[in-house]
Amino acid sequence: MSKMKNVIICGTGGQGILMASEVLCSAAWRSGFDVKKSEVHGMAQRGGSVSSHVRFGDKVHSVLVEKGAADVVLALEKMEALRWVNFLAPDGKLITCDLAIEPMTVNTGSAVYPDVEKIITDKGIPNLMIPVMEIAKELGNLRVMNIILLGAASRHLPEISEKSWFEAIEERVPPKAYKVNLEAFRRGKAL
Amino acid sequence: MRKKLNQVDSGKLFLSGNEAIARGAWECGVHFSSSYPGTPSTEIMETIGSDYPEIDAQWAPNEKVGMEVIAGASFGGARVLSTMKHVGLNVAADPFYTLSYIGATGGIVIVSADDPGVHSSQNEQDNRLMGRAAKVVVLEPSDSQEALDFTKIGYEISEKFDTPVLVRVTTRICHSKSLVEVGPRVEVPVTGYTKDIAKRVPIPANARKMHARVVKRLADLEEWGCDSPLNKIEMGDKSIGIITSGISYQYVKETHPEASVLKLGMTNPLPWRLIKEFIDQVENIMYVEEGEPYLEERIRSKFLVDGIGSERLSVMGELNPELVRHGIKDGEKLPLTFEEIALPGRPPTLCAGCPHRGAFHTLSKMGASSTGDIGCYTLGLMPPYNALETVVCMGAAIGVLAGIEKAVGREKMPKLVSAIGESTFVHSGITGLIDMVYNGNTGTVMIMDNSLTAMTGGQENPTTGKNLRGEPAPVLDLEKLVLACGVKHLRVVDPHDLPEMKRAFVEEFEREELSVIITKRPCIMQYKPKRKTIAVLDPEKCIHCKICVKLGCPAISWDAEKKIPVISEILCWPNCNLCTQVCPKDALSKDLEGVV
Repeated sequence: MSKMKNVIICGTGGQGILMASEVLCSAAWRSGFDVKKSEVHGMAQRGGSVSSHVRFGDKVHSVLVEKGAADVVLALEKMEALRWVNFLAPDGKLITCDLAIEPMTVNTGSAVYPDVEKIITDKGIPNLMIPVMEIAKELGNLRVMNIILLGAASRHLPEISEKSWFEAIEERVPPKAYKVNLEAFRRGKAL
Repeated sequence: MRKKLNQVDSGKLFLSGNEAIARGAWECGVHFSSSYPGTPSTEIMETIGSDYPEIDAQWAPNEKVGMEVIAGASFGGARVLSTMKHVGLNVAADPFYTLSYIGATGGIVIVSADDPGVHSSQNEQDNRLMGRAAKVVVLEPSDSQEALDFTKIGYEISEKFDTPVLVRVTTRICHSKSLVEVGPRVEVPVTGYTKDIAKRVPIPANARKMHARVVKRLADLEEWGCDSPLNKIEMGDKSIGIITSGISYQYVKETHPEASVLKLGMTNPLPWRLIKEFIDQVENIMYVEEGEPYLEERIRSKFLVDGIGSERLSVMGELNPELVRHGIKDGEKLPLTFEEIALPGRPPTLCAGCPHRGAFHTLSKMGASSTGDIGCYTLGLMPPYNALETVVCMGAAIGVLAGIEKAVGREKMPKLVSAIGESTFVHSGITGLIDMVYNGNTGTVMIMDNSLTAMTGGQENPTTGKNLRGEPAPVLDLEKLVLACGVKHLRVVDPHDLPEMKRAFVEEFEREELSVIITKRPCIMQYKPKRKTIAVLDPEKCIHCKICVKLGCPAISWDAEKKIPVISEILCWPNCNLCTQVCPKDALSKDLEGVV
């Protein structure tokens, strides 16, 4: 029996987290795994924190990843990355966009946005920081940020074949955006 | 292009619990569905609307009407479905309880989507208790496959035993996805309406007989449940026997695969013989259930057996694998690689361009506030507005305002309006307004008309001009409706016209008679503007007063070094100009010409 894989994708409402987790699940399924995912809708849609748990393996029971068990935490917003570091497994990997979206608590002065890079360095968290805005602008499409991140994650999820990833992306994006999304995936994978 | 799901007849689909319930209803030939949206149930109806045209589906003004309409459709011999969030069942409780007595001609499945953990609700009530109190069958699926299967079995039970069936799901079932084996739709005939007064008119003489039938029905179902595959014993290590249902079962299997488990898929009526068989075989009993200690209390009191449950696993919040791992075997948990880091919260906020912002900003600036209701505008409670002070339930903004006036009197009445959305007003606010007119209240009701049921993701309602499937529908005229209630002072205001919005509040607070303000501006989810414009800052003119930041717009952040506002080009909403209006030095400008 192969080891269960646990992934968390996090960020803020409207960043494409749910789409990214759909692609990951579809790719895992296409590679022959049982797969489950869980997320919470509702109030989270109004710019709040959003997260999706994805688990795949031979047979999945719980839809939720346990603290201390995540193989990969993918963050589309860098402060949100910190919110989930306690879920990382001993050999887990954090993959973070260098994007900061200030919550209203920071905007209105009741809280201070943390120095994310310093905290990551101080605590020795194994992290890959991706200049996602830069790459997305180079590719000429800001909506591919989540796919760049999945590309980077794919190196830590070798059970899923490249063919499955490509099919999953093709299934989820409009035909005219397929090429740019594929390029985004490759750019992420090369990081 | 994605195929519509009604074009898929077999194989595996990756479905959420909600999508699986819709699929189950479709496969077993359901004819009709009527519901009101509510997180986490909404996507059941949305999926039927988008993918299963064979089911005649519609949005009801509220859950009670939805349940009454499906009751009638069942009397007409159709298989029917109504879905709602847990608190929606409170609204529909009146028809629900009596429908239990009347029974089902065409099969009746009612879905209650409970929200333990209060992700998007006002309480975490456990509707297994509602099902038991109404003496109907309660089914609890533990994943998407069971959500589909149990829905289908629900219709068999409903028609075989002449009972409504309550499928009780929770947020983690509704919004989790897993692989589901699907099948084709099997049509069943609509058997037609036949007159049966003794069955459908619960006057006391009939109701007594009906109740006797319900009691007998429960006894029959209890026996049936002992041999049904809905309930099963999975024998393992006999030192511990875990009794569980719903999503909790998955956490048990994940963390303690070796344990003996009694998985209950039907939790009312309980299969006593099967339960006895299980508890006789195990040394220690443990209850793992989310919400109230429902199984625990019933089984303990029935057999007078010890067991552990709610004192180890809280009655509050959601369960998760950590809690269950630790709850079953003390001290057992995974080591953490990194500790939790304390961070600023990221609460939900009104969207950039949201029409409600103009109203709450104005109230806040005036030192005024509101009695609130349930919808996006509940977020008026948040800083920087702090302009919404009460929430009770759908529609209560109006009654609560009326009651405060009755308690303190017109003279001591604080500056409060009722803040209620148009969908919520139609749901159950209108009766409050009728009460205010009838009983001589003098307050101001603000109906926030954004022409969409927005908080649940954007559904149509009787005021939007479209039905569930997006087809044209008659538009409910809110202004005429308000006047017909006997309101003498009504005005309609664009909440983004700040001087006008302020004038409306000032004048209505002074008026010694009841008035209604309708704030009318569409939700940003309603349309895509033709041209993208963003607010532009002239830094020379900026006096660093932060008034624009105090709008609480997510598109405006503060650059602490340069002491100027920064406008997000991604978030700034094209046809909104609130920040340009509040800036005292005209440092912010926006070209709105041509933006529709």
